[in-house]
Amino acid sequence: MSALAHVPTASGQPVSPPPAARRGRHRLLPYLLLLPGAAWLFLFFAVPLVQLAAASLYDPTGSLSTGYALTWAFGNYPTALQAYWPQFGRSFLYAGIALVLALLMGYPLAYAIAQKAGRWKNLLLVCVIAPMFTSFLVRTLAWKTILSDNGWLVGLLRDVHLLGPDGRLLATPIAVVLGLTYNFLPFLVLPLYASLERLDYRLLEAASDLYASPLKTFRRVTLPLSMPGLIAGTLLFFIPATGDYINAELLGTPKEYMIGNVIDSAFLVRLDYPQGAALSFLLMSAILVVVFVYLRRAGTEEVL
Amino acid sequence: MAPETPAGDLRLANLTKTFGAFTAVDDLSLTVPQGSFFALLGASGCGKTTTLRMIAGLEEPTSGQVLLADRDIARLRPYKRPVNTVFQSYALFPHLDIFENVAFGLRRRGIRSVDGQVREMLSLVQLDGYERRRPAQLSGGQQQRVALARALINQPQVLLLDEPLGALDLKLRRQMQIELKRIQTEVGITFVHVTHDQEEAMTMADTVAVMNAGRIEQLGAPAEIYEFPATAFVANFLGQSNLIAGETTGGNGGDLLVTVHGSRFSVPARRSRADQGPVHLGVRPEKLHLVRSADEVPAGSQHLDGTITDASYVGVSTQYLLRTGWGTELSVFAANSGSQQRFAPGDRAVAYWDPGHAFLLGRHADEDDRTTGILDEPVGTSS
Ligand SMILES: Nc1ncnc2c1ncn2[C@@H]1O[C@H](COP(=O)(O)OP(=O)(O)OP(=O)(O)O)[C@@H](O)[C@H]1O
Ligand SMILES: [Mg+2]
Repeated sequence: MSALAHVPTASGQPVSPPPAARRGRHRLLPYLLLLPGAAWLFLFFAVPLVQLAAASLYDPTGSLSTGYALTWAFGNYPTALQAYWPQFGRSFLYAGIALVLALLMGYPLAYAIAQKAGRWKNLLLVCVIAPMFTSFLVRTLAWKTILSDNGWLVGLLRDVHLLGPDGRLLATPIAVVLGLTYNFLPFLVLPLYASLERLDYRLLEAASDLYASPLKTFRRVTLPLSMPGLIAGTLLFFIPATGDYINAELLGTPKEYMIGNVIDSAFLVRLDYPQGAALSFLLMSAILVVVFVYLRRAGTEEVL
Repeated sequence: MAPETPAGDLRLANLTKTFGAFTAVDDLSLTVPQGSFFALLGASGCGKTTTLRMIAGLEEPTSGQVLLADRDIARLRPYKRPVNTVFQSYALFPHLDIFENVAFGLRRRGIRSVDGQVREMLSLVQLDGYERRRPAQLSGGQQQRVALARALINQPQVLLLDEPLGALDLKLRRQMQIELKRIQTEVGITFVHVTHDQEEAMTMADTVAVMNAGRIEQLGAPAEIYEFPATAFVANFLGQSNLIAGETTGGNGGDLLVTVHGSRFSVPARRSRADQGPVHLGVRPEKLHLVRSADEVPAGSQHLDGTITDASYVGVSTQYLLRTGWGTELSVFAANSGSQQRFAPGDRAVAYWDPGHAFLLGRHADEDDRTTGILDEPVGTSS
């Protein structure tokens, strides 16, 4: 009978329960672990966000020198939108085109690294991340050189008559889109890679055993299984690309300016804080809507 | 691709697969007649899965042919072969529910209304009501049955089963064995079935092939292989055997005479695979009978005496170890039919057998007796 005393109870719990005090501390632990992050988020995200929200409702006639008053000026929003809707549209258009280009390059790249690279895998991953070792600004300036009117690329394109004799790349929408594509590509590739790396090649074999051609296998197995990485990568690419202003600033002209450039100038050049804040909030809500719609769609597609 | 095209025999001709310097499948040639149930048995790592993968098209043969109805399909892409596989690792699609997993093959072939077939298949593998679950929400045995349903529903010309029942409990495995056999006979699909369970292979298959290190050691009907194994490997892989080293000096009428440590035994020539030099005299443990003295041995039998060193009661039978005069321990299975004499360790006993049940195999001159210990599973009581 004595042997039975050590047998766990039916619930799987050891016979002697831990003291209540210890269990209480166990329950608190997750919250304690959350504390530093939550404090950081509160101080440096929530508080500035409220401040920004307040600023977007300041009296628009105020200025830094005369001081601002919170007059709940909701009219700041329609005014800003009316003035800068082309830049808004351009932001989403450029980021959208860049996203498509990045997907066309990034998906095969991530797939090749994850499934086919073998022992070159780590080296190739480093190559994807390597540009990040230099600053964003330096990388974009390098593109300025590459795309410049007397650079080899423009020369080559003129020679094969893809560009007219006076055609240029720099200071065109193409340059801005190329810059966006290049600068944010790693953010798309890395999560995709993580998803594709986990893809079990035996599932692909099973699909091909079950009459799926390579194309159908991709559509029915590879793509759905890489969906989490694809969603994460698209968001990590699209969100910063939409709000970006460096690429338009360095590779484009005011004709290519995106909403980021307008916000930049509102805060730092024109010192129109209410308008800058209103535009920031508009951008944020527009992105949230896009992301929400996208997640809903992508989510249901995965179930289908 | 469509299963309606006339089927035919599956033939492997000099099929070889090497991985670097390692030969996984070595010049394999065999024919599986259309509609037959073919079992491939062999120790782990002997090349069974590799053979199936070459038939399915998932592995390209280094050399040789895979012929289906006289058409060489060895270089055909897997999705173009009328062959389906139940994978050893199941390989169920984790993002699809059970229904869609089973319907996968039908849908890829453009079949629109799959509902009836899928439900029928699921009820065949006793998984009604599981349609909307994901594979991760099923037990191992349930997943295995989904894998089975997913392949079977396509009614291919050849179905490859890589240990398809390994994760099932005894009762369910027996049920599935009966179902599989029934489907196979009804639909006339050629089954190539890889298994570790020799009893499963013997009860289900028309033909059993025993593989060893990439080669077929013996191929034939189950009873034929069991009763008259071709090699020592087969004799001990399929069930157990007592293989006693001896020398044969040739025939005496229809019999061969074997000398073992001074004693002479005879074996019918038709049950012999060697007629000169070093041989193994083989007797299955259940073909040996124990009595207390040589007087009780029936006429026409051959016998050996020794001392009982171990007696294990396993329910249907008692397994004895009998130490012979020269020190080898022979296994003896005595059915517990109630009429048998019981022996205890230390007892003197005489083992006798009908010479028609013994067999003779060639032996390397330096090989000694080969007997399997009592710890091995006997055929007939395996799980
Ligand atoms: N891709 C590969 N590269 C190198 N060696 C391999 C490869 N695939 C299989 N092998 C080797 O080939 C041999 C046969 O493997 P196989 O999978 O066919 O064995 P098996 O008979 O199915 O074994 P089990 O019963 O354990 O499933 C093994 O020794 C294995 O290590
Ligand atoms: Mg295997």
